[in-house]
Amino acid sequence: MSPALIAALPFIGALLPGLLIRSGRDVAAVSCATATFIALLGLCLHIPAIMAGEVITARFEWLPSLGLNANFRIDGLGLLFGILILGIGLLIIAYARYYLSRNDPAGVFYAYLMLFQGAMLGIVLSDNILLLLVFWELTSLSSFLLIGYWKHLPEGRQGARMALTVTGMGGLAMIAGMLILGNIAGSYDIGDILQAREAIQASPYYLPALLLILLGAFTKSAQFPFHFWLPHAMAAPTPVSAYLHSATMVKAGLFLMARLWPVLSGTPEWFYIVATTGLVTMVLAAWIAIFRDDLKSLLAFSTVSHLGLITMLLGFGTEAAAVAAVFHIINHATFKAALFMTAGIIDHETGTRSIARLGGLRRLMPVTFAIGTIAALSMAGIPPLNGFLSKELMLEQATHAVWQGNPWLMAAMATLGALFSVCYSLRFVWQVFFGPERDDYPHKPHDPGFGLWSAPALLAVLVVLIGLFPASMAGWLVEVSASAVTGTAQHPHLALWHGLNLPLALSAAALAGGAVLLALNRPMLAARAAIAWPDAKAIFDAITRAATCAAGFFTDRLTNGSMSRALAAFALTVVLCGLWAFSTGGWQGATRPMLPVQPVPLVGWAALMVATCCMVAFHRRRILALVLVGIIGLMVSVSFIYLSAPDLALTQISVEVVTVVLLLLALNFLPKFTVIDSRDRKRGMDAFIATVTGLGFGALAYVIMRSDFAFPSISEYMLANSYKLGGGDNVVNVILVDFRGYDTFGEITVLGIAALTIFALTETLLAGASGRRLRNWVHDSRRAGDRHPLTLVVVTRLILPISLVVGLYIFLRGHNMPGGGFVAGLVVSVALVSQYMASGFAWTQERQKINYHALIGAGVIAAGLTGIGAWFAGLPFLSSAYGYVKLPGIEEFELASAMGFDLGVFLCVVGAVMLALNSLSRIARQAGETVNLDPMDIDPSKEARR
Amino acid sequence: MELLLSSAIGMLTAAGVYLILRLRSFAVVLGMTMLSYAINLFLFSTGRLVVNAPPVLQKGVEVYTDPLPQALVLTAIVISFGMTAVVVMMALGAFLEGGDDRVDMPRADRLPGDGDA
Repeated sequence: MSPALIAALPFIGALLPGLLIRSGRDVAAVSCATATFIALLGLCLHIPAIMAGEVITARFEWLPSLGLNANFRIDGLGLLFGILILGIGLLIIAYARYYLSRNDPAGVFYAYLMLFQGAMLGIVLSDNILLLLVFWELTSLSSFLLIGYWKHLPEGRQGARMALTVTGMGGLAMIAGMLILGNIAGSYDIGDILQAREAIQASPYYLPALLLILLGAFTKSAQFPFHFWLPHAMAAPTPVSAYLHSATMVKAGLFLMARLWPVLSGTPEWFYIVATTGLVTMVLAAWIAIFRDDLKSLLAFSTVSHLGLITMLLGFGTEAAAVAAVFHIINHATFKAALFMTAGIIDHETGTRSIARLGGLRRLMPVTFAIGTIAALSMAGIPPLNGFLSKELMLEQATHAVWQGNPWLMAAMATLGALFSVCYSLRFVWQVFFGPERDDYPHKPHDPGFGLWSAPALLAVLVVLIGLFPASMAGWLVEVSASAVTGTAQHPHLALWHGLNLPLALSAAALAGGAVLLALNRPMLAARAAIAWPDAKAIFDAITRAATCAAGFFTDRLTNGSMSRALAAFALTVVLCGLWAFSTGGWQGATRPMLPVQPVPLVGWAALMVATCCMVAFHRRRILALVLVGIIGLMVSVSFIYLSAPDLALTQISVEVVTVVLLLLALNFLPKFTVIDSRDRKRGMDAFIATVTGLGFGALAYVIMRSDFAFPSISEYMLANSYKLGGGDNVVNVILVDFRGYDTFGEITVLGIAALTIFALTETLLAGASGRRLRNWVHDSRRAGDRHPLTLVVVTRLILPISLVVGLYIFLRGHNMPGGGFVAGLVVSVALVSQYMASGFAWTQERQKINYHALIGAGVIAAGLTGIGAWFAGLPFLSSAYGYVKLPGIEEFELASAMGFDLGVFLCVVGAVMLALNSLSRIARQAGETVNLDPMDIDPSKEARR
Repeated sequence: MELLLSSAIGMLTAAGVYLILRLRSFAVVLGMTMLSYAINLFLFSTGRLVVNAPPVLQKGVEVYTDPLPQALVLTAIVISFGMTAVVVMMALGAFLEGGDDRVDMPRADRLPGDGDA
């Protein structure tokens, strides 16, 4: 199966729970599990090839000009992480099915989970660092959604926000680092970057790139001092913690360090930054974990500690350490996911995760006890479990590491970390399962059903099997992935027994020390409680609060909430910039002759000027102002006709009609007059600003019109090729639907979004305080006695078929004559609106079945599909084709694929205009507009019958 | 002719700017409509003025006006309708929610909230 398809499968799976949202938890879980399973199967089919040393790739050009390509690769490292992500994902999907309660929205949960899975899989299968960054950000976003899944819990929301802030900031730093890296290597493809080790390490930008990339990796993998977000992310549902915060997402940082290991590692900078950070994190987090009371918090800090361990191993920069790191990634994922699931089971069955309220569960929950104990002992590094093996390898590597000339510091600190690890692991087992049974558990504990414990049990079995038979169970995976990390073939020798050596002695010391520490637990707890430790959350909150205050301070200084002040400043700035630009430019004086002035345009110009002056003078009388808007719009349309722009004239005049109707409908609920509330001085000032702006803009237009083009215009190309390439004589229409079709596609989408925004605003207005206000609305003007007059009704009925035919005609001829989708859509809208005006909204609405939302959607889809159609002919998006068709009975006519696009424009315009007007009518209904049963108020035919 | 059009553009701009500096929402909406006219005419005028030469190809005709600004303005006209509709709706909503149609934001609404969740 193609790597691209494997990466796409979880995203496809993410759609299923949303589509099947009504079918319940089982269907959602099964559909997600199916997608995950197919992806896992596809991945596993590549195992033989990867074992043979091949790298499976799939390449698609996305934005080759930016170096961003959708390239995917599966090598040993990708295989290891892919198996972890999909394999544990499968177990989590099954576990979550039984963990979530009936009241939790399961469809949403599974959709987020699959989204995360896809993003994570994308990271590990990307062969392009820009593509990797896209997936990287997606994991931050989807984990934000998952942590905040229980929206009603404030800890969930705060934890989600903190995680997003910390990992998001790291992600930003990493983008910069990756761009530098790609720049040095000359390519953004990982395959090429891995070849460029010498160039990268010799570059003066090596250190900045390293720091920025490590910032991203450390925040993601919760390394000190960014470790604090992970424990707060534990507010997430336990399946999320088990998946994201033990097995996958927090390992993304490790993955990245492993991926770039061949090019970044081996330098002193790498060793001191990475190994030291890892060591500090390992020891510090393990120490904190000893004292946590919340089970999940204990596990969270232990995860941070183990991530530190792996980071340290990668930081050593030796091949043997890389092998140990890879092996510990596998082992940690198995035992830690099992432990999180165990904690989830305990929480689920007893109602608490507080260690102080637990104890004595070994007889009450024997199955959970067995699973939890095996996993915890593995975490402690006790033979013969898998955690022991990788811990031995770690200790051995630590004994070889020399820190600032000190040969034993690393080993001593690593042993200390292992000692703490033993302590909190044993504490987990001892204080939860052993001790006397209590009678004050929140719920009566008992083992859960098979569904809940099967997934952790499977992992516990793996923990034992890998421990007993490391070479056959995990050796091959460690071998291929370590070979991929180091770039040279590795043949690690994994075995339970390495003989009596230094690591074994250190291990034994850690075990004994840990047990002693556990015995001293109570006095130590008391001692630790007496000291005030810095709380990372408090520091984080203080920083966020300070940033919010600073932002508020600056905003407050920049704007005082007065829109007119801000707009005046804007207008003056524009004028000043314009003046400056003009004074520094080199205008040579008018080069184009003026067109002679004819008497008729002069009259039109005078009408426009007078209407505009009246507009300013009488704008307080709002209805009069609307009449003046109509006059101005009409004059603008006429000037378009005169100046050879028939398409514009048609569009302007039909937009004019719908705009005025819209403003009239709104005015129904707004005051009819504007009161004077600015002082004479302000008005004088505003008039001055307006005059200056007007003069400047007019002068600019004049200068442009009197000068020749500075550069040859691309319009010549369009005029020359309109027919040849687009098959149309109307160049404006061909530009819209063909040459610049992509712009038009964006524009109709914006128009549709605007209409949907209006609809959404209306929904809000109809509910709540404004809805109540509307229900008690008292109209401030008298109602007409004859609201649906006979003449208007009859005339609009007669006009309807005619205007629809005109609309159709304008649509069809658009490619070759003035017209097209925009104009036709507006004409049809006007025809429909006039029906609403004549007989009332509700009456008309009952007699038509068009859904305007669907119309907008259909429009955008029709335009999009027409564009995609070009792909099948092997041409870029929105290339058009045309041909001539001869049908019996009518003349030969032209069919262009652009017509499908224009149809989309048409539908979208009709839908958007009608939805906007429709929304305003709904407000009128709420305000007590009565529904008439007859099309007109006074019907003479009825009078006659009576 | 150029003088007429540029003076009209200047006049419409001045009226539009004056109206958007008013303190009530409806006047601002009217001002934006005026500004739309001015800007559409301005964009159109960058193709220079030509009479009796619409950009519709015909046999034997060699001179056409510049079609590109026309295509730009055509979509701008439709979009400005969408914009006017959204702004009117927002003005209406503010009036129904707040009880008056002032555009300025009272100080109390501007200050950042307490921050949490």
